[in-house]
Amino acid sequence: MLNAVLAAGEETAKNPLIPEWYDIIWSSVCFVVILFFFWRLVLPRMKKLLDERSAAIEGNMEKADEAQREAEAALQQYTAQLAEARAEAAKIREQARVDAQRIGAEVTAQAQSEAERTKANAQVAIEAERQAALVSLRSEVGSLAIDLASGVVGESLSDDAKATALVDRFLADLEADTSGKK
Amino acid sequence: MATSDDGGFHGPSIEEFFPEVIFFAGTPFEMNRIILIRFLAVLAIVLIFWIGTRRMKVVPGRFQSIVEMGLDFARVNIAEDLLGKKDGRRFLPLITTIFFMVLFMNITGIIPFLNIAGTSVIGVPLVLALVAWAAFIYAGIKKHPGAFFKNALFPPGVPKALYIIVTPIELVSTFVLRPVTLTLRLLMNMVVGHLLLVLFFSATQFFFFTASQTNFFYSLFGVGTLAFGFVFTLFEVLVAVLQAYVFALLTTVYIQLALAEEH
Repeated sequence: MLNAVLAAGEETAKNPLIPEWYDIIWSSVCFVVILFFFWRLVLPRMKKLLDERSAAIEGNMEKADEAQREAEAALQQYTAQLAEARAEAAKIREQARVDAQRIGAEVTAQAQSEAERTKANAQVAIEAERQAALVSLRSEVGSLAIDLASGVVGESLSDDAKATALVDRFLADLEADTSGKK
Repeated sequence: MATSDDGGFHGPSIEEFFPEVIFFAGTPFEMNRIILIRFLAVLAIVLIFWIGTRRMKVVPGRFQSIVEMGLDFARVNIAEDLLGKKDGRRFLPLITTIFFMVLFMNITGIIPFLNIAGTSVIGVPLVLALVAWAAFIYAGIKKHPGAFFKNALFPPGVPKALYIIVTPIELVSTFVLRPVTLTLRLLMNMVVGHLLLVLFFSATQFFFFTASQTNFFYSLFGVGTLAFGFVFTLFEVLVAVLQAYVFALLTTVYIQLALAEEH
C-alpha cells in the first residue's frame, strides 16, 4: 500500500510541500474574508450580546435586591404594627380590668349603702309602728281600764280628769314595773 | 480518486491534491475543485455565523446556543484561558478565524461529494502558519519594543559563552521551526487522512467489483476495508476538530510566550 503511494508520488513532478501561487493567493483570500467577517461582524455582535446579557443579569439582581428590601421593610412595618396592636390590646385589657374593679367596688358600695338605708328605714318604721302601737295601746288600755273600772264602781269615770290621771299613773307604774323587771 | 479502469488496483497518489484546473488556467488565479471547496467552507462559515448572530437574544434559541458555544470555545477555552481577558480580546478575531477556518476546511474531507479537506493542500496551512508567526512576532515587539528579539535570541540568565550554542537553537526553534511544524502538522494530518480514506474505499471498490469476479471470497476483504473506511471516517472527524484546536491553541501559546518574554 505504502509502496503504491510512494510510487505514485515519484511519478509526479508535483511536490506537496512546494506551494503553488494560486494556492497561496486563494488561501490568503479565504483567510482575509473570514478574518474580516469575524472581526467586523460576528465578534462585535457577540460582544454586544454578552454585554447585554451581563447587564440583564445585573438588572435582575438589582430587581431582586429591591424586592428583598421592600419585603424587609414590609415585614418591619407589620412587626411594628403587630407590636402596637398587642400593646393596644394589653392597654384595653388593663383598662377593662380596672374598670371592672371600679364598677364592682361601686356596685358593692351602692348595695351596701342601699342595704344600710333599707335597714335604717325598716328600723325607723318599726320604731314608728311600735310608738303608734304603744300610743294606741295606751289609749285603748286606758279606755278599757276605765270602762272596766266604771263597770266595777258603777259610775262613769270617762270624762273625769281624776280618772284619767289615775289611769296614767297606773300605766306609768306598770311601765316602770316592766322596765324594772328587765 | 483512484480508479480501476484497467481492472488492476491503483492506490491513491499525490495527484489527488492537484486536480485539474477548472477556471483561469495558466494564471496565478487558477481554481481547481479544492479551491472551490475552500470557498464553500468560507461560505458555510459566513452563512452559519451570519444567521446565528443576526438577531441575538439574551435568552438564546437552539441555533444561537450552538453558535455561541462555538464562539465561546474559541474565546474562553483558548484565548482568555491563555492570554487573559485583555490580551485575549485583542487577539480574539485572529484566534477565532484560525480555529473556524481550519475546522471548516478540515471537515470537508469527510463530507460526501467534497471528500477532500481544504487544508490538505499546503496553501492554507502555510498561510495560517505565517499569520501565526507574524502575530506572535508582532505581539512580542509591541509588548517589549527593542527587547523582544534580544530576549528571544539571548535568553537572560544564560552564561555569555553559551550564547554560541543557545542563540542558533533559539533562532531556529522560535522563528523557523514554529511555522514549519504548524504547517506540516496540519497538512500531513489531512493528507494522510485523505489518502487512507481513498485507499480503503478504492480497495473496497476493487474487492467488490473487480477481484470478486475471479474469486467471490475477495468480497469479504471488501467488507473489511469498508468497515475500516467507516471507522477512519469517524476518526477523521476527531482529527478535524483536534487539529483545528491544536492550530489555534499553538498560535495562542506562541503569542502568550511572546507577551510573557523575560525582560
